[in-house]
Amino acid sequence: MNNLMRIDGLSTHFFTEDGEVKAVDDVSFRVREGETVCIVGESGCGKSVTAMSIMGLVESPGGKVTSGSIEFQGEDLLQLDKHTLRSMRGHELAMIFQEPMSSLNPVIKIGEQIMEPLRVHLKLNKKEARAKAIELISQVGISRPEQIADSYPHELSGGMLQRIMIAIAISCGPKLLIADEPTTALDVTIQAQILDMLRQFKADSGMSILLITHDLGVVAEMADYVIVMYSGKIVEEGEVVELFSNPKHPYTRGLLKSKPVINQRQEELYSIPGQVPNPLELAPSCYFHDRCEHCMPVCRSKQPVLQDVGNGQKVSCWLYEEALIHA
Amino acid sequence: MAVNSSLAPVRRAGAASGRSSLFRQSVRRLLHNKLAMSGFVVVLFMFALCFVGPLFSPYTDNKINMAMMNKAPGLKHWLGTDALGRDILTRVMQAGRISLTVGLASMVLSVFIGALLGAVAGYYRGVADQIIMRVADLLLTIPGLPLLFIFGALLSEWKIPTDYRMYIVMLMLSIVNWPGMARMVRGQMLSLREREFMQAAVVLGLRDRRKLFNHLLPNIIPLLIVMATLNIGGAILSESVLSFFGLGVMPPTPTWGNMIDAANNMIDFQQRPWLWIPPGLSIFATVIAINIFGDGLRDVLDPKQKR
Repeated sequence: MNNLMRIDGLSTHFFTEDGEVKAVDDVSFRVREGETVCIVGESGCGKSVTAMSIMGLVESPGGKVTSGSIEFQGEDLLQLDKHTLRSMRGHELAMIFQEPMSSLNPVIKIGEQIMEPLRVHLKLNKKEARAKAIELISQVGISRPEQIADSYPHELSGGMLQRIMIAIAISCGPKLLIADEPTTALDVTIQAQILDMLRQFKADSGMSILLITHDLGVVAEMADYVIVMYSGKIVEEGEVVELFSNPKHPYTRGLLKSKPVINQRQEELYSIPGQVPNPLELAPSCYFHDRCEHCMPVCRSKQPVLQDVGNGQKVSCWLYEEALIHA
Repeated sequence: MAVNSSLAPVRRAGAASGRSSLFRQSVRRLLHNKLAMSGFVVVLFMFALCFVGPLFSPYTDNKINMAMMNKAPGLKHWLGTDALGRDILTRVMQAGRISLTVGLASMVLSVFIGALLGAVAGYYRGVADQIIMRVADLLLTIPGLPLLFIFGALLSEWKIPTDYRMYIVMLMLSIVNWPGMARMVRGQMLSLREREFMQAAVVLGLRDRRKLFNHLLPNIIPLLIVMATLNIGGAILSESVLSFFGLGVMPPTPTWGNMIDAANNMIDFQQRPWLWIPPGLSIFATVIAINIFGDGLRDVLDPKQKR
């Protein structure tokens, strides 16, 4: 499979009154054609900022992509001029957000909001765009598409709106769909439907998906490749089966352990002790050290590097560096 | 809101408009606001009186009639005649045409300028915002009436033909009124542009122009409608003040303001109230009615924004 997107050394920093926050710090990964890559992590670990950096949504003066490159189909998105970038957004790169309720303009009819990218990017005329919009609405599994096209966002439920968001996102046949917590705001039964739908569109069109989530259930269901982020850094990555069956990093293990298993009543659900460190006070160390069961002196003073540990898995942890050194 | 019972006729009226449900809801709620509706009825009546009324008057030629000077109200002249023997009722109606037109036109113009500049300032921020808003602040620091007086005096100084003065007065009123409008629109834009659906619009790869006019402006239309309505009343009042001082629209073109000015002496004021009461009442009724209607509109369209 060819690389669709390659991110290399991406750093996105925010400049606050208290200092510089490294929301994304030297992150590199790739998304291959037709692949689903999941980024997992707790709140504030830089998942969404990574997505926003790719879409060019990080706004100066508040924040800035300070270094790195985002190569999409051989072109660095960070170097593109505004015009080219705009013509790619919504066309080859699409994104859906966490909150379907607030991601649609409340005063514009659903149909018109679907028609917009079609008219802008595919240059369809009004009639063609409307026909296509209605087709898209029925494709995402909503009945009475004509009627829905003429209604306003507040008249639909969250699940329906997220379907509409997906319809808008896939309308121009994107190569890459970035889904930022697409199911977090929806209830569980709807979640499964939405994920099924995404998977089906992926199978039909061969697009790649970059799925951002904190839900390991979603990861297990959707991902080909998983990236675990912590405090703006990748701590572990690998093929989904490998990573789930053989997690290396203590954080990944903790995440997997803190997931409830249906039909197994545990005394108490495991949780990783402590909290994500304040991003303003990060010293050179493993950022996970004060929550880690295996913390060693070296963890407090030096940052581990992302290392290949075989099976296509990469881990950034001193435990494995030590192992490598001893071996 | 408990508007579900005995609404059959109202609902039909809403459905007949055939527009969105949002629109229908607003109309329905407005129809239930009795005060606002009474304001609306008065406004409608004034418009009908001023634009249709003169068609039924035999005195529209405004001929000077020395035999009929300063006659009190009677059967022939329902509201009496003025110092040149012209029918007061006819002149009130004709003056209303001018006053209402000036009010409406200057409202349209100031809403247009204010919304456009406010939207640009709020959306782009930065240099554009600084320039536009500092100009607006500058205009706002000068009290409106003195500014209008200076403009009016300049117009007289430059000997602008009286036919054109009406249009220039509209322009003057818009110049004084747009900054308030621009501020309001800018404030709304600043908050709207940060909303999530605007981020979604960026992700769709839309042009700035499209985002601004297709996505942001529709969100402030209720606000614009309310501001525009309240603005008409203000504009009519300002025009009357200007004309009263002889700095607005010039006689013989009648406006409510300069008709009151015609009674600007003790004898006329005391002895011939029919000269100034009709135009005065017209101004009063129209402006009050428009403001009441505007307030009602605000309650309906913009419930978050109460004074």
